Amino acid sequence: MADAVDAAALYARLSIARIREQLQYRTSFALQTLGMFAISFLDFAAILVLFANVPQLGGWSVSEVALLYALSSLAFSLTDLVIGHLDLLPQMVRAGTFDLILVRPRGTLFQLVTQDFQLRRVGKIAQSIAILAYALATVRVDWTLERAALLVVIVPAGALIFGSIWVAAICIVFWTIDANEAANAVTYGGSFFAQYPINIYDRWLRRFLAYVVPTAFVAYFPALFILGKPDPLGLPAWLEVSTPLVALMAAAVTALIWRAAVRHYQSAGG
Amino acid sequence: MQLIELEDVRKDFVVRRPLGRLRRERVVVRAVDGITLSVEPGSIVGYIGPNGAGKSTTIKMLTGILVPSSGRIRVAGFEPTRQRIDLARRIGVMFGQRITLWFDLPLIESFELLRYIYRVPAERYERNLRAFRELLELDPFLRTPVRQLSLGQRVRGEVAAALLHDPEILFLDEPTIGLDVVAKQRVREFLVQANRERGLTVMLTTHDLADIERLSSRILIIDHGRLIYDGDVEALKERYGRERILIVDLVEPAAPLRVDGGRVIRVEGPRQWIAFERGTSAAALTAAVAAQAPLRDLAVEEPDIEDVVRRIYGATATARATTERSSTA
Repeated sequence: MADAVDAAALYARLSIARIREQLQYRTSFALQTLGMFAISFLDFAAILVLFANVPQLGGWSVSEVALLYALSSLAFSLTDLVIGHLDLLPQMVRAGTFDLILVRPRGTLFQLVTQDFQLRRVGKIAQSIAILAYALATVRVDWTLERAALLVVIVPAGALIFGSIWVAAICIVFWTIDANEAANAVTYGGSFFAQYPINIYDRWLRRFLAYVVPTAFVAYFPALFILGKPDPLGLPAWLEVSTPLVALMAAAVTALIWRAAVRHYQSAGG
Repeated sequence: MQLIELEDVRKDFVVRRPLGRLRRERVVVRAVDGITLSVEPGSIVGYIGPNGAGKSTTIKMLTGILVPSSGRIRVAGFEPTRQRIDLARRIGVMFGQRITLWFDLPLIESFELLRYIYRVPAERYERNLRAFRELLELDPFLRTPVRQLSLGQRVRGEVAAALLHDPEILFLDEPTIGLDVVAKQRVREFLVQANRERGLTVMLTTHDLADIERLSSRILIIDHGRLIYDGDVEALKERYGRERILIVDLVEPAAPLRVDGGRVIRVEGPRQWIAFERGTSAAALTAAVAAQAPLRDLAVEEPDIEDVVRRIYGATATARATTERSSTA
């Protein structure tokens, strides 16, 4: 427990240091945050364009898809804020600077996460919250305690799922340096698919999203529960509330992959 | 008890070489090939060898960066990669060619962050910082962002950063590379002092024989992943570094000169290389040369570490010829 508090304090300290560095260039920072906020609406505009042509998408109304989009996008942008700079890892592995992380008395993943903190990414979080507000205001929900509780829990759980997928995918750089494009396909691709109801996809893609890269648990299953919608696919009902459990399992599997990957690190140079 | 122990340590790297357009060949390269050694607390050990000999690989295994392929390693009682975090608290590491400090932050803020990363108690941190500020003369650039520091300033900052948490062992990989003479000297003096006053054990790799001469009494030489010399510096120089070389530029090309106490080892137009014993005076030799042919210019070359290593390697190569090749498919 004391360790967790200590780690949280260090996280805050390192992040504040990074933010102070970024605030040295205030105008650039403000424009980037604003740009991130504005551009992320284009994403959502694509959904609106779709609904201008069809009244429903796989049995989902525009507000319901907005809810899916907002849940997925909020979880994704939280993940991006905390570990988005994991993109730096391939470069660190190639140049051998990952060495420095291994000689300091802290967890390797923790140090990677604290390497950077891009405050401008809150722009994307703000946009997700705005769409979530819109979705919750227009969608019809019979609110119960269980539904409200699930809504609160799934955002951090969804972020944990995305985070686990990212970390597991990026581990490939410890084996082949130039494969991080493949990793991007899994991470960004996974988040894109999570923004739409999975019943519109082909059977194999659905299974992939539910059981291999579990992004269906970020928004689709919990949204079914919150909306009280019968699953168009007729999958077991307990899947709808299992997001937190899936998140913990994904994190555990990723931790094992990460350990194996770090032991495989070959450094660089003589 | 020994502070560092290696027992028959090996490290193989798997390298994939392109073979034609699509196929690749899998080659195992043995970077470290059976090293056994131990280091006592309080010593300064110089670790040298030509590029690619396996120095850095050894250091990386000792500091918990690389997992050895076989053999046993103990550093401060820990098995480096398995007990990485425990070990990291007890050792300091500095890579001459890598920046560990926060690039965009003032130096002092990097120290502050390291203090929390290593959980250094406030009072000990203050005491160490005060000492290092004075010894390494950090004050003029303590509030300058690291990216604006000169190489010499940055290296001093890095050395201080590596010692803030009072490690027992300091590993340095090429600490003086690229530094000017004055900066090198300052770093060396600091290390000697830290060794004497704090009982700090130092293990460093370098290409600069002067680093070894000023710092360490013990020298380890590695080549092709094997330890080929382990002993003191004086004995090494006695055995392998006895000769210096006088390079003379004559006014006109001439036949190899014949001078007492020296022998011509190379001729290239008007330039000749004359090897002579360390005990012989370069001045006397120069006079002898000038008496035979008019001189335009001259220079004296000290044996550098690469020469010494090459000579040692030459002596051991015959013995090694029967043993198996170090890289096999």
